[in-house]
Amino acid sequence: MEIFGVPTQVLFGQLLIGLINGSFYALLSLGLAVIFGLLNIINFTHGAQYMMGAFVAYLLLNKLGIGYWWSLLIAPIIVGATGVIIERTMLQRLYKLDHLYGLLLTFGIALIIQGLFRNEYGSSGQPYRVPAELTGGTNLGFMFLPNYRAWVVVASLIVCLATWFVIERTKLGAYLRAATENPSLVQAFGINVPRMITLTYGFGVGLAALAGVMAAPIYQVSPQMGSDLIIVVFAVVVIGGMGSIMGSIVTGFGLGLIEGLTKVFYPEASNTVIFVIMAIVLLLRPAGLFGTQK
Amino acid sequence: MKRKLTSVLVGAALAAMAGAASAQISDGVVKIGVLNDMSGLYADIAGPGSVVAAKLAVEDFQKTSKAGLKIEIVSADHQNKPDVGSTVARQWYDTQQVDAIADVPTSSVALAISQVTRDKGKAFLNSGAATSDLTGKACSPNTVHWTYDTWMLANGTGAAIVKTGGDSWFFLTADYAFGHALERDTEAVVLKNGGKVLGKVRHPFPGQDFSSFLLQAQASKAKIIGLANAGGDTINSIKQAAEFGIVAGGQNLAGMLMFLTDVKALGLQTSQGLIFTTSFYWDRDDASRAWSKRFMDQHGGKPPTMVQAGVYGAVLHYLKAVEAANTDDGTKVVAKMKELPTDDPLFGKGTVRADGRKIHPAYLVEVKKPAESKGPWDLLKIRTTIPADQAFRPLADGGCPLVK
Repeated sequence: MEIFGVPTQVLFGQLLIGLINGSFYALLSLGLAVIFGLLNIINFTHGAQYMMGAFVAYLLLNKLGIGYWWSLLIAPIIVGATGVIIERTMLQRLYKLDHLYGLLLTFGIALIIQGLFRNEYGSSGQPYRVPAELTGGTNLGFMFLPNYRAWVVVASLIVCLATWFVIERTKLGAYLRAATENPSLVQAFGINVPRMITLTYGFGVGLAALAGVMAAPIYQVSPQMGSDLIIVVFAVVVIGGMGSIMGSIVTGFGLGLIEGLTKVFYPEASNTVIFVIMAIVLLLRPAGLFGTQK
Repeated sequence: MKRKLTSVLVGAALAAMAGAASAQISDGVVKIGVLNDMSGLYADIAGPGSVVAAKLAVEDFQKTSKAGLKIEIVSADHQNKPDVGSTVARQWYDTQQVDAIADVPTSSVALAISQVTRDKGKAFLNSGAATSDLTGKACSPNTVHWTYDTWMLANGTGAAIVKTGGDSWFFLTADYAFGHALERDTEAVVLKNGGKVLGKVRHPFPGQDFSSFLLQAQASKAKIIGLANAGGDTINSIKQAAEFGIVAGGQNLAGMLMFLTDVKALGLQTSQGLIFTTSFYWDRDDASRAWSKRFMDQHGGKPPTMVQAGVYGAVLHYLKAVEAANTDDGTKVVAKMKELPTDDPLFGKGTVRADGRKIHPAYLVEVKKPAESKGPWDLLKIRTTIPADQAFRPLADGGCPLVK
């Protein structure tokens, strides 16, 4: 059976691949959405922090012999801590200024971090093995699904939904959202708002690092792995609606699928299709699919 | 009137100064600009290492030269963008007295630089770019293409693979000038040797995730998946092909353009057994080892890639031609480069052909098994040497207007 001249078998495979790539988009855009939604900072360092996550995993393995599973926990904490330092020392001063200042600062930091890593490790990247428990794969009939990629989809879904739940459905999330609406009122209730904001930034950065650790066995651990991805992820956030948690999750997976299909029907356009969609969405719904006009 | 007089005087003074420095060298300094990717996916292949190679060429030239030339090396990052590359080239030629541009990986940028160089009458010493069009329909009296080209790669690797039974192909092609040229040249070799091409897919450059394209290649049932891409794109393609069980499923990969740094980045475990064509390997003989040792001392212990070796060879020969012609006029120097035989420790004795093609042997190499490797950079073994007269496209076949 064929659809538009493409065998359905091939199509299923491509849809699955799209879903896998979409899970990276979702995880990364989630971190961005959390940071933008709660801090009003456009975090252009996100790609570099994703790359740092992968490098921390690589260094943990090669210098200390700490494997993939522990890296999933340790790398986000370490990179998140660097995020906390950035927020405390620099970002904190920019909240009252225009978005543009935060954008420029984080973009500059991203370039510096990337440059430092490139200087040390070159541009070809370093290999990182798939953990022993997840090597091999399953033959689904229409395609060979590597176990590791299946794990990525599942893990990313769990993390995305858990984050959404915490922010939208728990008391902690309620405080966070309240603090963005009216920080002085929330502070009057005895809640340390600046600390909460700092930790939120650290958490968003940690999410980027987590995505980096998950990407390490698939791609080369290379200094420019983040800059290749970050522009797409920004488009995802814009389409989903800046700051909307659910929006970023749904569009992350959705655009992964659309991109996957483009790779079959017209591969040359596969890295522009997302921006075409972005342009259309901005024309029809300037606040994004899930955003609300303020 | 007064202003006019002043400018005449200044002009005369400048002319006198230049005359004092050297008879025919404009502004007294031979200035060579190394222009390549300093920060992106080709930075390890060329990048700062090419600057080191150019400096070593100057060092070696000065040891034997009696001309006492003043030589200066400058460098810049073209970010793999033709517009950025052309802007730098124009600035260098127009305001900074650069006489020659060396290296320039990324074929789309190289084609642009070749045109700018021709317009300005300077010299372009290409090492990094692959497209065989630089000495074919886009050839120029101001361009020398030193290290390798798509025809050489296609002919070396493609023919070897088809002859050993890999007769059906599917191409994964980087969607720009280089990928298209490599795909075209390889396809011609495959067809000529009795093979067939079952399909092709063009991926955006640079790419990140190739699994979708690999899946299409898998579905084509072709015996060989030809990777007409380079650097980080090739590395990720090979890595992901292993992940998706493509090689285990009986299909084989052919990295049409591989560099030493790619093999290093993949690790021998993943890349063992791959064969590809190169025109330089640091561990080939005593001369290449001795030179590579010097290079490694200045480049963080990393041996040279063929692109970096080519920058050395091309710059050295250029300087010899400048001395012999006693001028830094680009068109005249390139003509002299074609007249003089070439000789350097890395590529041996050779020639530069009328179309600008540098002629030397090429090597079909195989990536070692982990057990065979004795050091961190002991990665390749040479399977066959392709003699100089067979390694490159015959002069008559390229369609270069300079060839009469």
